[in-house]
Amino acid sequence: MTTALSIRQLTKTYGNGFQALHGIDLDVAEGDFYALLGPNGAGKSTTIGILSTLVNKSSGTVNVFGFDLDKDPASLKRCIGVVPQEFNFNQFEKVFDIVVTQAGYYGIPARIAKERAEHYLKQLGLWEKRDVASRELSGGMKRRLMIARALVHEPRLLILDEPTAGVDIELRRSMWSFLTKLNEQGITIILTTHYLEEAEQLCRNIGIIDHGRIVENTSMRELLQTLHVETFLLDLTASLLVEPELEGYPVKLVDHHTLEVQVDKNQGVTELFRQLAEQNIDVCSLRNKSNRLEELFVNLVEKNLAKETV
Amino acid sequence: MNTAHLNSEFAANMVALRTIVYREVRRFTRIWPQTLLPPAITMVLYFVIFGNLIGRQIGGMGGFSYMQYIVPGLIMMSVITNSYGNVVSSFFGSKFQRSIEELMVSPVSPHIILIGYVTGGVLRGLAVGFIVTLLSLFFTDLQVHHLGLTVLVVLLTATIFSLGGFVNAVFARNFDDISIIPTFVLTPLTYLGGVFYSINLLPPFWQTVSLANPVLHMVNAFRYGILGVSDIRISVAVAFMLLATAVLYLVCVRLLVSGRGMRQ
Repeated sequence: MTTALSIRQLTKTYGNGFQALHGIDLDVAEGDFYALLGPNGAGKSTTIGILSTLVNKSSGTVNVFGFDLDKDPASLKRCIGVVPQEFNFNQFEKVFDIVVTQAGYYGIPARIAKERAEHYLKQLGLWEKRDVASRELSGGMKRRLMIARALVHEPRLLILDEPTAGVDIELRRSMWSFLTKLNEQGITIILTTHYLEEAEQLCRNIGIIDHGRIVENTSMRELLQTLHVETFLLDLTASLLVEPELEGYPVKLVDHHTLEVQVDKNQGVTELFRQLAEQNIDVCSLRNKSNRLEELFVNLVEKNLAKETV
Repeated sequence: MNTAHLNSEFAANMVALRTIVYREVRRFTRIWPQTLLPPAITMVLYFVIFGNLIGRQIGGMGGFSYMQYIVPGLIMMSVITNSYGNVVSSFFGSKFQRSIEELMVSPVSPHIILIGYVTGGVLRGLAVGFIVTLLSLFFTDLQVHHLGLTVLVVLLTATIFSLGGFVNAVFARNFDDISIIPTFVLTPLTYLGGVFYSINLLPPFWQTVSLANPVLHMVNAFRYGILGVSDIRISVAVAFMLLATAVLYLVCVRLLVSGRGMRQ
């Protein structure tokens, strides 16, 4: 399979001496939907900044669909569409003009640029707003405008830096469905996000970056399989005054109507419910305490922090 | 790289250039009450007060009426301030709003980005220069002595100050930084650049000092193109302008390639 993105020994040290990247290696296959996760300041935006050429790398190589960043930046740029975290369009320009102008920068003739602008603005529900100055759009619309702008030159690799930050749930879900369709059409997508549910729902592969190092780079399925313990919250029908004793299941009474139970993936919940039934404890509902990926993410980042401290 | 690839690169860059120039022209025509109207009003006031009221008391200068003498200088003054102002405000505005990133992530060559912005500045300078020229016809007769030289000088001047505005915008970090140079450098140089007087009126020492003012050479070369009189040698003025254009162009391209003020 063709490699969409190949990064080798990428480092970045800013002018103030801060080293944001410590020689990262990363490969993303063509057609992949890849999540790059990490806490704030981990190096996600620096990596994306280097890919989009808005940040100069200190050393290392970046290759996109075979085009080297140092040797043929123009061809590399044609392959990439970038949706940054911050709004970066002219607030006084009209929505339609912003998209058409961006196409012009990529050398797309005006007629084709206008057709494509119409296509993507319609797909993203912005066609009605085409003659509105961009500053008058809502936050969600501005984000969709940046997606339309990033797609107008029809890139093979779409990079989104926290595309759903500050977007309401309904809109977030419609953006997920739009991105999934794009990916099904063959566009490779890399996204960074703070919403781990988003990464779990959308992405096939995942990289976790922390303190400028890749601490995990695997498939979503394999990563989730490494999760040994899940924590469940049980809502009880009747009030409970003392913590029950459940053999093999660490348990905590959160309040008189809620029990927190840790379940090993080899144990399952059948035995848990049998023991609860034995003690006449009725459960009316059950839910995960946290997102599965969130637990893994926290584990990995904490592990990395401990390693660095040692 | 084969010929077909180079041709398609060239075609793409030409589309990009057209896009940048169109965007720049659209910007200054959309806000015409801020860009085209004020210089027209200011220059009409100059014509009325300096050319007409005070000029009548002054009498002639360089063999022409005072009004005729100052018109070329005032046209150049408009071209200089508007070419500079267009590029500095447009490019700094793009940096401030971060919309410059739209260009930086695209495959447009730095030369095309620069030529696009400079063309926008030159066009605004020429548009204002044309408006001021038309207005001057209400106050005096104008006959062009040397059309070719007039066009060359106005184009080179607009280009030089557009490039200067670009350098200013690259280094500017806030809105104060884009007004310091026009206020403290450009305005004094223009007023002392022979717009309102012939340097022959000055004592010999200040005549020599004035020769170091680049605006003096531009104004006089333009005045020579229109009236046929000048305080300086035209060949020296044109050579200086060509050299300044080349040096400033190279400086600007270098700034763009390095990404100064645009890339981290």
